[in-house]
Parts: sequence; structure tokens; C-alpha cells
Amino acid sequence: MASVNVIKPKARMSNSNILFLIAAVIFVLMYLFAIISYPGSFMQFQTFFDLFNLNAPLIIMTLGLCIVMIGGGIDISIGSVCGLVTMACAVFLESDKGNIGGAILISLGIGIAFGILQGYLISYLEIQPFIITLSGLFLAQGLLTTLHKDPINVTMPAFVRLRDFDIIITWLGTKNRLGVFIPCEIKPGTIIVVILLVLLASVMKWSRFGRNVYAVGGNSHSANMLGINVKKTIFLTYVISGLTAGLAGFVYIMTTGAGNVGNASGAEMKAIASAIIGGTLLNGGVGNLLGAPIGTLTLLVINELIRAAGVQSNFQAMVSGLLLYFFIVLQSIIMALRDKKGFRLALPSWLRLSNKG
Amino acid sequence: MLSEIILEMKDISKSFPGVKALDSVDFKLRKGEIHALMGENGAGKSTLIKIITGVYEKDAGLITLQGEPIHFKTPQEAQDKGIGTVYQEIMLCSNLTVAENMFIGRSHGPVVNWKQMNEKAEQLLASLGIPASPMQELSSCSLAVQQMIAIARAVDMDCKILILDEPTSSLDEDEVHKLFELMRELKDRGVGIIFITHFLEQVYEISDRTTVLRNGKLVGEYETASLPQIELISKMLGNVLEDITKLKKHEPVVTDTSVPVFEGIGLSSVAGVRPFNFAIQKGEVNGFAGLLGSGRSESARAIFTADKVTGGEVKMKGKRVKIKTPLHAIKQGIGYLPEDRKGDGIIADLSVRDNIILTLQVLKGFFKPFSLKQAEEFADDYIEKLNIKTPTANTPIRSLSGGNQQKVILARWLLTHPEYLILDEPTRGIDVGTKVEIQKLVIQLANEGMSVTFISSEIGEMIRTCSRLIVMKDREIVGELRGTDLTENDVMNVIAKGGRNA
Repeated sequence: MASVNVIKPKARMSNSNILFLIAAVIFVLMYLFAIISYPGSFMQFQTFFDLFNLNAPLIIMTLGLCIVMIGGGIDISIGSVCGLVTMACAVFLESDKGNIGGAILISLGIGIAFGILQGYLISYLEIQPFIITLSGLFLAQGLLTTLHKDPINVTMPAFVRLRDFDIIITWLGTKNRLGVFIPCEIKPGTIIVVILLVLLASVMKWSRFGRNVYAVGGNSHSANMLGINVKKTIFLTYVISGLTAGLAGFVYIMTTGAGNVGNASGAEMKAIASAIIGGTLLNGGVGNLLGAPIGTLTLLVINELIRAAGVQSNFQAMVSGLLLYFFIVLQSIIMALRDKKGFRLALPSWLRLSNKG
Repeated sequence: MLSEIILEMKDISKSFPGVKALDSVDFKLRKGEIHALMGENGAGKSTLIKIITGVYEKDAGLITLQGEPIHFKTPQEAQDKGIGTVYQEIMLCSNLTVAENMFIGRSHGPVVNWKQMNEKAEQLLASLGIPASPMQELSSCSLAVQQMIAIARAVDMDCKILILDEPTSSLDEDEVHKLFELMRELKDRGVGIIFITHFLEQVYEISDRTTVLRNGKLVGEYETASLPQIELISKMLGNVLEDITKLKKHEPVVTDTSVPVFEGIGLSSVAGVRPFNFAIQKGEVNGFAGLLGSGRSESARAIFTADKVTGGEVKMKGKRVKIKTPLHAIKQGIGYLPEDRKGDGIIADLSVRDNIILTLQVLKGFFKPFSLKQAEEFADDYIEKLNIKTPTANTPIRSLSGGNQQKVILARWLLTHPEYLILDEPTRGIDVGTKVEIQKLVIQLANEGMSVTFISSEIGEMIRTCSRLIVMKDREIVGELRGTDLTENDVMNVIAKGGRNA
């Protein structure tokens, strides 16, 4: 066999990476377009940082959701869990025993509890993840309104200090109209996003667990035959997603400073959209965690653009919807082309102009 | 040649509810040999393999691996003892890289060392001559290379025994050739290989020994080179005992032989049948004969477009027609009773009546439902005609026996009055009485002017029912037999002599 010439095929880019690349290119183009159209606001670094400062909870939730989706599942309870956490923290912080450490523990505890419950039902009892996390969504919503119905503004001094805490970058900023230099500000939530992103992306790339998640999402039957503990792997993805939802809840209240029944409601849908735009496939097995913030930011920049154009907010939702269609179609076209199956626009016969098929 | 026995199985028996899958079977595998395991459907090949790999537990018998008695309870245990299995369906994850597929699920540390893993994979791929790069995503490799990577994984797990369960069924000739080279390389290293295939030529090309099973019993172990093909085939098929009453030979009602009811020219499909020509006259019963995997079912599926047709043209009564989907075929008057009754045919939770009128309803259009009275009439009519044993027409079809389910599907097609009906293994898994009834019905339908293609793995059945047999081997037509005094030997002779290598 030594005489056989081994031809080394060129390693082509993996599906995960190509989808990530597309997401990144689209985001950069979109941002450049935004800068050209509205240089007044988008040229400022602070605008860019504010995307993170104000939307850190959504990005954190998307990170956890991406892991679940790469493992082939879905978690639609994250928005409600996040909302529940904000209210639980608010109630706790306003009570006599309120302290910040305790609030963090409560946040993570609620998230993990939901993750363990849902993960167990989905992986070990093999129930559809959509149904289980839909139940989780209702459960968390119910708990939230049971806990407290009216908005709570947290006034605890230690917390208010934390809420108003900014990291000021003195060397980066813009001059305002009066010529006064205004430095950029970064919220602690943004730091958490960056740390979590690096941590989770590394886990997915370099840990045995992370690779097992890809294997299970790609083909759980094969993964089982290859000796991977499929159930444990799926279970852990939901625990992580619960954990990130809990953490997102704490970051949320750290940003807004209030517990409210409407907090983070519907955020799960935005997170799913972000994950898909960021190049994570709903079928599982394909995705890159670095795509999660990019997907979220793309969605947000589009909304900002529409707002800047002075269009009504209902159009924002419509454009988000259309954009999602566009991304999913684009992804399936690319996947079909890469499978060398060739891409054919398959129209039903009654839509074709000629009858020649 | 080394002849040290590495695996010995003695008196292995295994029963499933109602079936004795293996009955005191012996099997021996020597070091550095390629051992073909042969047999038709239900012979017990896969049960035997699953006992070796720990998927099933044996009821009785003794297995020794290098002289040491073993008893595996899970596939993992078998793997740990050096028994690697590569299945027909590739059990790898196509979204991971080549290297990951070779090592995932085997390391136990929390961290993946990509550099080390890629280096090890590179060495292994090079040593086995597999044309793939470690960092390539598996989905970008051809099926043959994926199959080889699965083998490489097994080899690297220090396997002494490699089981290849129909590894060649989805490969083209070139790829099969590459796979065989790899098998010979492993054989030289002293690995014992168990090779299962439906392609007879491949058995003769690569294997040293052949063990034949039939109906769960051992027929024998042979040196492949000294076993003529015709003997191998007859050992696989056996001398089918005639416990069925001799049916009267069917004489075709020849009305108009100039224009066939159905004619296919150069048909081929994604299932891999080589382009074939086929025509059938009015009132004729023909059969596709051949071993399992010869392409007999695939040809029928190509005619009905149950598999995507990739080439060729079709004429109905001399007129060119376009048939692209089964619905077109039904509208042209073709009916097809599939081989896989459970998967393709019955809708288990619907009633007998709804199952019977299903196709007719499709033809009529879903927005014009039949009245209950009409449906009842249709159903009762055929329940009586075909002697379907069911408590009521409302009974869910899943509670019927296999033979009666088959009759319901037959009734479904008869109700549409097809001009050409294809029956793919209509008698499999049903009792002898019903088998005879179905064969009689086929002959009766032909006498009424219907054209029928009848496919069965029991050649005797086809000889009794069909007036013309088209013999297939390795996915192409190798001969055609007519006449009223055909014997099973005639068919076996054509199979053995046919083919490109003969």
C-alpha cells in the first residue's frame, strides 16, 4: 500500500465557518452602510458600545441558546426565565436581607433549576424540546406574576451604585458640538458578554464536551455509536442555556434597575433570530458561537437604521421578519450548493410561466 | 497462511418471539482471512453479527475470542475487546472533521488537543493510504472515503476482528476497488475480516472462505475458490420444499402483442439500477428474479418512479408519456404494491375501509370525498372478493394479520382498476394459505386482461405464477426465461453465468 499516491484533498471550509463568515461580512457591510447613511450617530464609538451596553442580556441569552441549537435542540423558555430572574432579584434586593451577592446566586440558581428540569425531561425522558421549553416559558411567566405584579424600582444604595457604574475609556471618544470631549463608557454587562463569549466559544472549540455537542447535533445516532454519552451531552446544553438565561436576568436588572412583568418578554424569539442570522442552523450540528453576538448586532443595527429613518416601529418587526426569511433562504442555498446537489428553484407547476418544467 | 482461529462460535441459538432466528450455528474466523457471510433475507446473518458485537445476547452457545470465552452485553464491550464494526449506513458525524470522527468518543480528558489529534490522524490515514486530510469536514469526502475512515477508526482501536456489513452497497466500482485494497492491507496485518455483501462477484474477488446460512441454520463453511457459483446460489436458496399445492400453470392471454401496455427504454434510477429496457403485454404476468440486492425491487420502483428516475423514457400503449412522480404513474394506470408493507403501504391507524379507498380518493381529489355509503360499498365488496379476515370494515388495519394487511393494500389498487400492477414481494411474511390465494388472484387478474409484474424471493413461487422471468444480477438484467416447464435450476444457472465477470 505504500506505493499508492495519497492525494491530499484541500481542506475546504467547514459549514460552521462559512456561515459565520457570511454573517460577519453582512454585519460589516450593514454597519458601513449605517455609517454612510447616518454618520452623525453611527460614526461615534459610543453608538457601537451602546449596542452592547443596552443589549447585553440578549447577547448572553443567544450564546446559551446557540449551544442548545448546535446540539440539535431549542429553548424558548429563556426570555421568561430571564424576566422571572429580574423580578426575583428586585424583590430580594428591596427586602431587608437584600445584597448583591445573594441576587447573583438567586439569578444563577433559578436559571440552573430551569436548565436541570428541562434538560432532564428532554434528554432522559426524550420529550420534544419545543413542548418542554414552552411549558417552561409558561411556568416562568406564571411564577413572575405570582411573585409580584407591579413594577419594582430597586433603590438599594449598593445596587444603584452598581447600576450606575461605568468603565470610562479616556482615550476613546468624540467631541460634541461645543467641542467638549466626551469619553466612551462601557457598562459591566458588556464585560460579562466578552468574558462569556470567550469562555463559551473556547468550550465549544477545545473541550471534549463542546465537540460532543457538535457530534450529537450533527447525527445523534452516529454519535451514540461512536461512544458519546448523548443524553448527558444534551442535558448539559440545557443546563448551560438555563444558566445564561439566569445570568442575562441579572445583567438585565443591572441595566434597567427595575423588576417588571414585561421584562425580556419575547426575548427568546429575538435570540432565535439572532442565532440563525449568526449562522447557527436550526437542524443542529452547525454554528459558531462568535456568530451569536454578530447575529444580535445585525438585528439591532437594522432596527436602529429603521428607527433613524423615522419609520414606525411596526415596520421594524416586519423588516426583521423579512430579513430572517432572507437569511434562511440564503443559508439553504449555500448548503445546497456545497453539497454539490446543485440548486434549483423548485416552483410548483401552477406558478411556472411555461409548462415545460 | 496463518490459520490460527481468533473467533469461534459454537451452537449459537437465538429466538425472537415467534421466530427462531439462529439454530445451533457454528462460525469460525481465522487470523488474517476475509470470511464472507452469505444468506438470503431472514437467514440469520445480521442476528449472528449482532450477537458478536454485543447488540443482542445469545440464548445458547459458546463464543471464544482467542481461546477465551466471552459474553458481551453492550457494543462498547465488544469494541473494547477489539471487535470493530462498519455498517452499511456510515455511522459517523458528517459535520465534524475527519480527524474528529476518528477519535471522538474515545479520549477521556476534558480538553481536545487538535494538534496532536490531527497528527495522529494524518499518520493513520497515510499508513492506510486513505485520500483524506485530517482537517477536512467529513461531508466533503466521498462515501467510499467515509467508509474507509470508519474502518480506520476501527483499526486504530486495535481491532483484531473487523466486521463489514454490506459496506459496498452504496459505492461505485472504483470505490469498491479502493475498499478492497484496504481490506487486503488489513488482512496482511492479521486482522480477521467478516464481510457481508449481496454481490456474488465481490465474494469471489475478495474472500478466502464463505459461510452460508439459511433460515437460521448453518449450511456449511467452504473455501470460496473451490465453491462454484451455482452451488453457492443453491446453498443460499436451498431446495425450496413444495408444501404449497401445485398451482396450475398460467398461460398468457395473448390479445394484441404488437403494442405493449407498458414499455420502458433505458430506465435508471437513483437506487443504482443500470439502465434497462422492459416491456409488458396485456394479460401477461412477468417476474423479476434474482437474489436480494440484485436490483429486482429497484427496477420495479423505477417503473413506478417510487425512486427518483434519472434517465430513460416510458411509453404506455405505444404513446410516450411523462411519469415523474408516483401520482403520474397512478394516473397512467400503474399500481405498485411496495415491498416494505409497514413503511410504504399501510396507514396503521386508519380503518380497513379508509385504507382501501385511499388511492381512489387521491385520484378523485381530496375535496370531493366519497359518501360513507359509497365507501362502505367499495370496502365491503373487496373484503368479500379477497376474503379479507377482519371483524368490521371499521377496524384499524394494524390489528390485522400480515396476510390480511397485504390483501387490503391489494384491494386498494384493484379498486383503481390499474392496467398494469406491480407486486413487490406480496407474499413475504404471510402464511402459506394466503400466499396461495394471492398467487391465484394474480393469475385470475391476468386472465381478466391486467398486466402484472410479480416479484418474490421464492423462485418457486415466481415460476408457478409468471409466464416470463427477467433474471437480474448485480443490478442489471442478465437473462430472460420463458416457458411452462422452467425449474429453479434454470433460474440459478442464469444467475450464476450472468454478469460482467462471468
